[in-house]
Amino acid sequence: MPPRNTKPMQKPGNAGATIKRIFSYMYGFKALFVFVVIGVIISAFAGIAGNYLLKPLIDNIEESLKTGHWDKSKFIGILAAMACIYALGALSSFMYQRLMMKISTTTLMRIRNDLFTKMESLPIRFFDKHTHGELMSLYTNDTDTLREMLGNSVAQFISSAVTIVGVFTAMLIYSWQLTILVVVMLFVIIRVIGFIGSRSGKGFIAQQKALGRANGYIEEMIDGQKVVKVFCHEDASCAEFDALNEELCQAATRANTFANILMPIMNNLSYLHYAVTAIAGGIMTVKGFGGMTVGTVISYLQFTRSFSMPITQVSQQLNSVLTALAGAERIFAVIDEEPEADDGYVTLVNAKIDEKGNISETEERTGRWAWRHPHKADGTVTYTEVRGNVELDDVYFGYEPNKTVLNGISLYAKPGQKIAFVGSTGAGKTTITNLINRFYDVPDGKIRYDGININKIKKSDLRRSQSIVLQDTHLFTGTVMDNIRYGKLDATDEEVYAAAKLANADSFIVHLENGYDTMLTADGANLSQGQRQLLAIARAAIADPPVLILDEATSSIDTRTEALIEKGMDSLMEGRTVFVIAHRLSTVRNSQAIMVLEHGKIIERGDHNELIAQQGKYYQLYTGMFELS
Amino acid sequence: MFKTIFSYVGQYKKQAILSPVSIIGEVAMEVLIPAVMALIIDNGIKKGNISYVAGMGLLMVGMSIVSLCFGALAGRLSAVAAMGFAKNLRSALFHKVQDFSFANVDKFSTASLTTRLTTDVTNIQNAFMMFIRTAFRAPIMLICALIAALKMNSRLSVVFLCAVPVLALFMAMIMTKAHPRFQAMLAHYDSMNASVQENLVGIRTVKAFVREEHEKKKFLDNTDKVRRAQVNAEKLVIMTMPFMQMIMYTSIIAILWFGGRMAVGGDMETGELSSFISYVGQILMSLMMLSFMFIMFVISRASLQRIYEVLIEEVDIVSPESAETEVKDGSVVFRNVSFSYFKDMNNLALSGIDLEIKSGETIGIIGGTGSSKTSLVQLIPRLYDTTEGQVLVGGRDVKEYDITALRDNVAMVLQKNVLFSGTIRENLKWGNPDATDEEIIAACKSACAHDFIEGFPEGYDTDLGQGGVNVSGGQKQRLCIARALLKKPKIIILDDSTSAVDTATDASIRKAFRENLADTTTFIIAQRISSVQDADRIIVMDNGRISDVGTHEELLRSSEIYREVYDSQQKGADE
Repeated sequence: MPPRNTKPMQKPGNAGATIKRIFSYMYGFKALFVFVVIGVIISAFAGIAGNYLLKPLIDNIEESLKTGHWDKSKFIGILAAMACIYALGALSSFMYQRLMMKISTTTLMRIRNDLFTKMESLPIRFFDKHTHGELMSLYTNDTDTLREMLGNSVAQFISSAVTIVGVFTAMLIYSWQLTILVVVMLFVIIRVIGFIGSRSGKGFIAQQKALGRANGYIEEMIDGQKVVKVFCHEDASCAEFDALNEELCQAATRANTFANILMPIMNNLSYLHYAVTAIAGGIMTVKGFGGMTVGTVISYLQFTRSFSMPITQVSQQLNSVLTALAGAERIFAVIDEEPEADDGYVTLVNAKIDEKGNISETEERTGRWAWRHPHKADGTVTYTEVRGNVELDDVYFGYEPNKTVLNGISLYAKPGQKIAFVGSTGAGKTTITNLINRFYDVPDGKIRYDGININKIKKSDLRRSQSIVLQDTHLFTGTVMDNIRYGKLDATDEEVYAAAKLANADSFIVHLENGYDTMLTADGANLSQGQRQLLAIARAAIADPPVLILDEATSSIDTRTEALIEKGMDSLMEGRTVFVIAHRLSTVRNSQAIMVLEHGKIIERGDHNELIAQQGKYYQLYTGMFELS
Repeated sequence: MFKTIFSYVGQYKKQAILSPVSIIGEVAMEVLIPAVMALIIDNGIKKGNISYVAGMGLLMVGMSIVSLCFGALAGRLSAVAAMGFAKNLRSALFHKVQDFSFANVDKFSTASLTTRLTTDVTNIQNAFMMFIRTAFRAPIMLICALIAALKMNSRLSVVFLCAVPVLALFMAMIMTKAHPRFQAMLAHYDSMNASVQENLVGIRTVKAFVREEHEKKKFLDNTDKVRRAQVNAEKLVIMTMPFMQMIMYTSIIAILWFGGRMAVGGDMETGELSSFISYVGQILMSLMMLSFMFIMFVISRASLQRIYEVLIEEVDIVSPESAETEVKDGSVVFRNVSFSYFKDMNNLALSGIDLEIKSGETIGIIGGTGSSKTSLVQLIPRLYDTTEGQVLVGGRDVKEYDITALRDNVAMVLQKNVLFSGTIRENLKWGNPDATDEEIIAACKSACAHDFIEGFPEGYDTDLGQGGVNVSGGQKQRLCIARALLKKPKIIILDDSTSAVDTATDASIRKAFRENLADTTTFIIAQRISSVQDADRIIVMDNGRISDVGTHEELLRSSEIYREVYDSQQKGADE
């Protein structure tokens, strides 16, 4: 049994590279993005310029008061200019938001698609190492935070940056003396943000951990709810949950407290700044220092307000940006994983075989198959008919480097034979079938398929030449028809009915509320275990494979039904190879070869009668049944 | 709905209320500060009165410190209240789900319940925190700023009075239109996640059938739908910012025009004018905050609904008043029982069941796939209630017993075996938290699990990983049987519990049962005749009805179904 490694994903570090990578998903939008940046800049400038124009406006009024003559046209001129600038600002704000929304939703979709596409091509080992919860959260939590970041933070950042630079410049122009105060303020602000930011960052990490634990517990308990009820474990599990819940509450409160107080602190630091600036500016005006006028001071005071606001906004965004980046790095880590390596170059083709036995490739479906084997050495191509000839030669294998599961397995399955594997649990039966269909790989040369080294055969083609019914049945959301058709996507309705009849599933399907069009959800939860297995068998049957692997495929089906299936299966299996793993005597009895496995070695082989005569392990395993006759 | 859910704020009510109160303090200061700013400019700077400037400046510093204290306090209080609220909600939901009967759980599906307890609670938590911070800040700031502005100059304030309703109307329109679009987006989102989950769980099936391309296409289709729904919804929402800016800027221009003229005419101080503009900012900002709040509300409303549904769900199997707590013996009687999962008499899973089973009997149950064997036995520990008829245990109707007492005496090993994270010992103790080590070992020996457990390097303290991944199917089944045995029940039900166990081990388990559990009424549902042929009596089920009852020999003579099953399992031995 492949082991599960539930190490949590690490928190990574290279923010710059991640950002670059996220932006790489915006291909095709580079032009639009430029427009976005322009739009943000214009919008920010509009705000600044508006404030800038406040000074001449106020000065104009002051002058009129002083001189008694009002330069009305100038006043109107400035006002009109302000109006234009503001209008421009609002329009560009609309434009960039619209564009950014388009960019961010599409980018997100691309990242999700990439992730899924990559995930589908990863080897089974990857899925052994990561829990479903971890992988699911990539699609939910991590992409959600990324969306927020793209949707809001990017524009916010640029806008804030522009505003800060613009305002700072304006302030310098107006009065470099007062700007010294600003620089001092900046230092203070940065220290404060650093202090609170790091505390809040730590708090959020703790919160995420606690959340993970609590959610994991919830998932497990609710999934196993029926067992909880049967054992009256409700009180115990409530108590355990309450403890986790409390932990979560503490961590979350701490994290959010720090995050929440940032804004008031920033706000009031800016008022502080305002007060000090007012005092300084006032003194300068009165004493006539540096050409300070009332208008300048008023404008400057407005600037101090517009200066601190973007800084506060940036600091607020910081936490969410960091979380989003961490999430993005996790997503990219999966995307960067090695896909299932497939150096196979032998492919499966439709074959036409004439009377002399010469094989030629054809486009049409003839129902016969061949391996197309191009030889690199001399460029020729040989064709070998797919018969289902499987050979294992002294195979050693382990899921982990130090724990071998198979210890020198040798077996030879002739085409058309039914080979059964029996043995105690953990002896290696499923492992052998995992190797035959290359879910896991063995070092070179040890497994041959129709005489060809299995590692040379392309994985997808190899799998298409086999049909497996796995120990754990999995059905997909869709109709019964869709699920059976999964075995052969272009199957006609008649073919589906035929397969269902063969698997003896037709009789219960027609009694479902919508017959073949009944929707199956939640892995076929509305069917019994046995019915699900029958569907899985129908699905495998419709694929019409040269090789069939049945791993405990009928464990939940009663023996009568099994016998009925078998009649149909027997005719289907004429001349093809079948591997069966089962505990039931009735399932394995008519196999040509039964292999008894123990601790990864084949300890007995032969057909049923031979093994019973041997009175060895097989005999022991089936003594109960044997007593009947 | 809101009353019920918000009642869970519970002991955090104090913080939840104090937080906005603090915010009032903070806001009050924030509104007064521009007034002080105006004074500094008008009475101080323009008049060259430095000491006035300094004095007012210090006042402003003092006010901002007060504002800071209130703000920080509010920040802390709102965090405490929101997180506490979430904690209570989660706890209430979890406890409620623990009370659920099988039927209740079936109604929601386990996946949906998990989402409600996790994602939905988080949504509400965030919305709540935002609510208590801005829900008060915004309107209060709005009102205070309006009042201050009015006091400063009532004529100019007319501008606000025109701008505000326009903005409010616009917001309302957008929000009502946006709600259904967000709901649609969330629905697409849910189905996308469901399909991801299926692919994760069934990846071997996908690979075995070489369906990767097919699944990829399906997914791409899905994400595109999500994207389009998202764009559709957000299209509306992004109009708010530019619109607000437009209104704000128009107001500023108007104020400057009218105010400027007033200032020139000596009716207004320039300092006042400058402050007025600050007020514009504050007023419109608060309106913006209100609109963001509404957005959050819209999005979280769906979550609220989902949580509410769980909280008000009526648990349909509860212990009665003055329940009986003693189960006399292991006798079981079915009296004219009919059962339907859908409580629909036209869709019966079981009909017309009459059985009388004495205490200590071993009963085998055999029948085709889907003949309702599991449905029959689930009625005994009252995991489901009959639709018609009665089930009696120990001479009393099961509905009269206290549920815990009943289930402590009726142990069941389910068809789907679930183990939990923790050690083997911890899992076994679910049967009896006070079990001694000897009792545990004895139970494991009866279930033929002791040997393989000892085979593990850490024996009974071996950790079982999520869902018991470190043990094989057969080992899981045996652990589950041992767990049930630890209950020392009067009745034990084994639902196809040895399907993954080889025949010899199955025989040993049954032998152990015969020797150690002679007084326990045992029900064995199985596929193998060998598993049930030694039973005192065997029930043959067919299509939800009892087809025949008898001993192995009797049934071979009288029941065609039984004979067929027997023959199908015998074929091999005859060849």
